[in-house]
Amino acid sequence: MSGKDNVVNPERRNFLGTVTTVAGVGGAAVAAWPFVNSMNPSGDVLSNATTEVDLKNIPEGGMHTVAWQGKPVFILHRNAEEIKKMQELSTIEPVADEKRVQDPKWLVVVGICTHLGCVPNRAENGWKCACHGSQYDDSGRVTHGPAPHNLEVPPYKFVSADKIVIG
Amino acid sequence: MFKRTLAWIDQRFPLTHFVKDTAEYGTPRNLSYWWNFGSLAGVVLVLQLVTGIFLAMHYKADIATAFDSIQHIMRDVNYGWLLRYMHSTGASAFFAIIYIHMARTLFYGSYRAPRELLWWTGQGLLLLLMATAFMGYLLPWGQMSYWGAAVITNLFRATPFFGEQVVHWLRGDFQVGDATLTRFYALHFLFPFIIVGAVLVHLIALHTVKSSNPSGLELKQKDIIPFHPYFTIKDLVGVGAYLMVFSVFVFFVPNTLIEAANNIPANPMQTPAHIVPEWYFLPFYAILRSVPDLAGGVVAMGLSVLIFAALPYLDRSRISGGAVYRPVYRAMFFVFLVNMVVLGYVGAVPPTDRTIIIGQVATLVYFGTFLFLPFVSKKEEAFLIKRGLPPAVMDSLK
Repeated sequence: MSGKDNVVNPERRNFLGTVTTVAGVGGAAVAAWPFVNSMNPSGDVLSNATTEVDLKNIPEGGMHTVAWQGKPVFILHRNAEEIKKMQELSTIEPVADEKRVQDPKWLVVVGICTHLGCVPNRAENGWKCACHGSQYDDSGRVTHGPAPHNLEVPPYKFVSADKIVIG
Repeated sequence: MFKRTLAWIDQRFPLTHFVKDTAEYGTPRNLSYWWNFGSLAGVVLVLQLVTGIFLAMHYKADIATAFDSIQHIMRDVNYGWLLRYMHSTGASAFFAIIYIHMARTLFYGSYRAPRELLWWTGQGLLLLLMATAFMGYLLPWGQMSYWGAAVITNLFRATPFFGEQVVHWLRGDFQVGDATLTRFYALHFLFPFIIVGAVLVHLIALHTVKSSNPSGLELKQKDIIPFHPYFTIKDLVGVGAYLMVFSVFVFFVPNTLIEAANNIPANPMQTPAHIVPEWYFLPFYAILRSVPDLAGGVVAMGLSVLIFAALPYLDRSRISGGAVYRPVYRAMFFVFLVNMVVLGYVGAVPPTDRTIIIGQVATLVYFGTFLFLPFVSKKEEAFLIKRGLPPAVMDSLK
């Protein structure tokens, strides 16, 4: 702060200087918040969109991709053999297949690679991400890196035997 | 009349002083054509600004109309195709020129004291250029645009604790969407002007420490010549040569550097079978892919760009002229360049077991070059002093 010898009460001046600086910086931070926050997802984006899916049209072994909140969701109709295989398999992030499905015939996962957000392509016995080579099994569990996690299971519920609501 | 007007201005604003200072800026007379690329980058920056502003008069930053507005520019707008091809080719040219400009700095060791700040402001400019190019690439709203932006914004998922929130904040949506496109457009418009400001800082630093020269030696006064007319002419020759190459791309093969998949409108439900970034990001992308862990990959990629800033401290040799008088440094420089091409190749091809191994080895070579430089440069200096150097170089060490 300013010179100490020719000033009356230098401690007070220093104190006032410090308080002004703190208040100024604090004020600037508070004033910046509306600008920063304006870049967050807006109300219409946040409004919790749900997606209803009719499962009747998906044949056994078939997969449909539906949009939920702008994200692709994979719905896989698995057959008995695939279900049995999935219940035995061990993967990088081990989670039992039962914990990832509500009805073992139907696998519902968000189709976004947990590595960098590409949409994996359907391959034999699972999915393969073309971007960086990650692989997932028929339970959406990662079997080959670099993806760090299994495909996310979105919140959904069966509203009837062959209809689900995601979200 | 003219003299009186000038005098009137000079009393109020240092116009004559400024023009004189710029024109008479003392420049080493032994500069080679490798020293052309700084001013050439300035020319390209102006071209990008002009074509960009005219494109902005026809472009629409809305996901419903963005892709079509590009087609409108290409088909309907008078000379719209020229504006767009100049702008898209110019982006690639900008990186090519900046990379050559950087390679020259590396080869001649121009980053060393007292030019650290010149080097660092240049680094800042590179980061700004990368950000600007990345955001501009989203605007055509093609498949490559979309998935490039999706992957790069996803990198911020590696942020500790707040990964998800940061990604959503950057996008303004859960996925790359309308909010993302509009803000990228706003920032793509803003950043070039920040770049202009940063270029001024870069130039002020340059005029303070003066240009380096191929010998790296402190030159005698008789070897310093004014910038104008000698280097204004020489730079113009360079601009002429550049415009010939530029024109070949713009007028004959404008689509070489545009991925075919980007002529398909963005589809958030379907990633293209093979996504690649623009060529100027390939080596860094290869480093990202070479680390089998998300956070590790992101850190490695960030470091691969930022590590250049440490060079003034990593290079401990006092021998002037960079690679000119230093055979080991020269060898390292060329190994680094070749390695960069290898990384570029790895970044461009789909990931297979073989390319992943090549990428990992190349990543190690990349960082190894920086890691070993302090020891190598010191050992090399001792060896060269013992073996003997040209008298002028020896004198500069005293």
